[in-house]
Amino acid sequence: MSHKLLSVQGICAGTEDKPILHDVSMELDSKETHVLMGPNGAGKSTLGRVIMGDPTYDVTSGGIVFDGEDITDQAADKRSLAGIFLSYQAPVEVPGVPLYSYLRTITQKRPELKMTARKFRNRVGEIAEQLDMDSSFLTRELNVGFSGGEKKKIEMLQLLLLRPKLAILDETDSGLDVDALSVVSRGIEAYRSECDGALLIITHNTRILERLTVDRTHVMVQGRLVAEGPGSLIDDIDAHGFVQFERASEDGGAA
Amino acid sequence: MSERTQKRSQVADVDRSLYDFTYSEEGYERYDDGLTPEIVRAISAKKDEPEWMLNMRLAALDTYHAKEMAPNWGPSIAGLDMDHISTYVSPRTNQAKNWDDVPDDIKNTFERLGIPEAERESLAGVGAQYDSEIVYHNMREDVAKSGVVYTTIEDALHDPEWEPVVRQYFGKLIPPADHKFAALHYAVWSGGSFVYVPAGVTVDYPLQSYFRLNAEGAGQFEHTLIIVEEGADLHFIEGCSAPKYYEANLHAGAVELFVKDGARLRYSTIENWSKNMYNLNTKRARVGADAKMEWVSGSFGSHVSYLYPTTILQGDRGQCEFTGITFAGATQDLDTGCKVILNGADTTASVDTKSISKDGGCNTFRSSVVVGRKAANARATVSCQSLMLDDISRSDTIPAMDVRNATANVGHEATIGRISDDTILYLMSRGCSEAEARTMVVGGFANPVSKELPLEYAVEMNNLIKLEMEGAIG
Repeated sequence: MSHKLLSVQGICAGTEDKPILHDVSMELDSKETHVLMGPNGAGKSTLGRVIMGDPTYDVTSGGIVFDGEDITDQAADKRSLAGIFLSYQAPVEVPGVPLYSYLRTITQKRPELKMTARKFRNRVGEIAEQLDMDSSFLTRELNVGFSGGEKKKIEMLQLLLLRPKLAILDETDSGLDVDALSVVSRGIEAYRSECDGALLIITHNTRILERLTVDRTHVMVQGRLVAEGPGSLIDDIDAHGFVQFERASEDGGAA
Repeated sequence: MSERTQKRSQVADVDRSLYDFTYSEEGYERYDDGLTPEIVRAISAKKDEPEWMLNMRLAALDTYHAKEMAPNWGPSIAGLDMDHISTYVSPRTNQAKNWDDVPDDIKNTFERLGIPEAERESLAGVGAQYDSEIVYHNMREDVAKSGVVYTTIEDALHDPEWEPVVRQYFGKLIPPADHKFAALHYAVWSGGSFVYVPAGVTVDYPLQSYFRLNAEGAGQFEHTLIIVEEGADLHFIEGCSAPKYYEANLHAGAVELFVKDGARLRYSTIENWSKNMYNLNTKRARVGADAKMEWVSGSFGSHVSYLYPTTILQGDRGQCEFTGITFAGATQDLDTGCKVILNGADTTASVDTKSISKDGGCNTFRSSVVVGRKAANARATVSCQSLMLDDISRSDTIPAMDVRNATANVGHEATIGRISDDTILYLMSRGCSEAEARTMVVGGFANPVSKELPLEYAVEMNNLIKLEMEGAIG
């Protein structure tokens, strides 16, 4: 399986008192765009966080291989440096940490992104423009006092700056107005074209997917992947909802 | 848990090498430990003081012996045995105006702490005290020409022009009977600074005094007296540090600040005493009408601190701003705070403090706001934010308010928080190690204070936070 970029192999995971993911397997190759759909509470975000290495969740069986390396026991920072990026649904606010110097710090952690201060400044300016961000954002504190849409833009800014091999976007589209959504879509497009990156998009509505070519669609219900198909599966879900899969999952649970 | 803490603190000690170096006291003049009238007379005689000063010292010594410690006040100082503290240790050197004339070991000490560099770059004047005596004092010529005086109290006492001024102000804001350690201070004070800024003069660059206590088992009792005349403007910086010893050291300084009508004084402190230091320091400012007192304070060191800078807003429309941070690690119990007395009408006070506790360190923050009967429309806000880095540390907030005017508006706000797991995950998932993530969050928490400091001090403070945090992670 080492030729795949990401290989999730029979993962069971959860918190101390509550199992959430049951025997989840998924593969994703370089430059591919996958979509993970499912009703609220299905465990989609948990899967994203488990791939990123959130210590809140214990992986009780199974493993994760990324870029040929078993990362199941690695901390989140190692995974980040290896090329995994998770865009959070609700990015945390970090008071007192200026956005610009934060961006410089996380860029400098990556030898492959080594650049002069001037080049860095230009690069950040370039991306900010791409994302319709006012450059005054950069002097503010990390995510502090930003609206939901602005926070998502700052996630996109980091995505384009860090050029990860795999970007997991957790409900990046939720709570965005039309304009912000179009900016985020542009960011995703830029990531695909400029960084040659792979995408795992977690969402429960299909709007953000309208402008994207999707290679694979996965459907999660009650912590299990219950269906997998081509991009066109999305249209099916759009028309009929998740009910069909929920029924299948209940049947599966009874069997 | 305790074993782990032990290990952590050892790591932190090793990492403090920047401050933890000592030079031999050989050839230094060191007075016997303990407190007797003979020692007080000897200190006074050595300084060739006017008789009123000797009398003041002797009276203060009586007060010291007569006064009891306030029972149950703050952290214990039982480890401080005055019979084993030398109150006077003098490096055998005269005060130099030229850096090259300072003896090598002392010069090396201050050079390692970046003192002469800072002077060259961005200061109007510098003083450096080593143990009990000022070893270096210098001020830019243009500042001196504007009539600003920046010298030691000892020198001012020998100057017929300034001796009456010292006599007029010395000990008037902090009387020797204020508390037991104030009495001690007046009995054995030595070194410190005398600053006089004439009316209407703005000193464009800060003046800075640096205090270094090198001798083991000794006390430092410097006295700072600053008079900013009407409409004048000054920024004064004090820095303090000491190497680590096993014997207790004592710092009982006194800072008296007179800010006249329409004047402004900013007083910034970066204190990094070693963790065997008892820092029992007293600071007080009296502020005239339309005048402004600004305190910026970063306290990182000492084993035990009692430190509550006090501002008396005597004139109408006087203002006080206090911005402070304390950082308590293993073996540290820091009892700090701020007191503001609003006596004038339309006076305002704004107190914004932060504390960080880790590895079993304790922070107690006391605020006291007193609004006098004549202080119509006085406004005071006190905000205290605490950050706890683990479950074994401690943070307490003790606010007190005494409002005697019905038109006054006084507010208090306190929060105690921890670093959330989500924040650490967020930063780690962008490539920061756990230690870096925690340091970043703590640095951000301290940022509102470091923003108020001159650049080189902000850098020093951030470095101190990094040092403390790296020690914490081990």
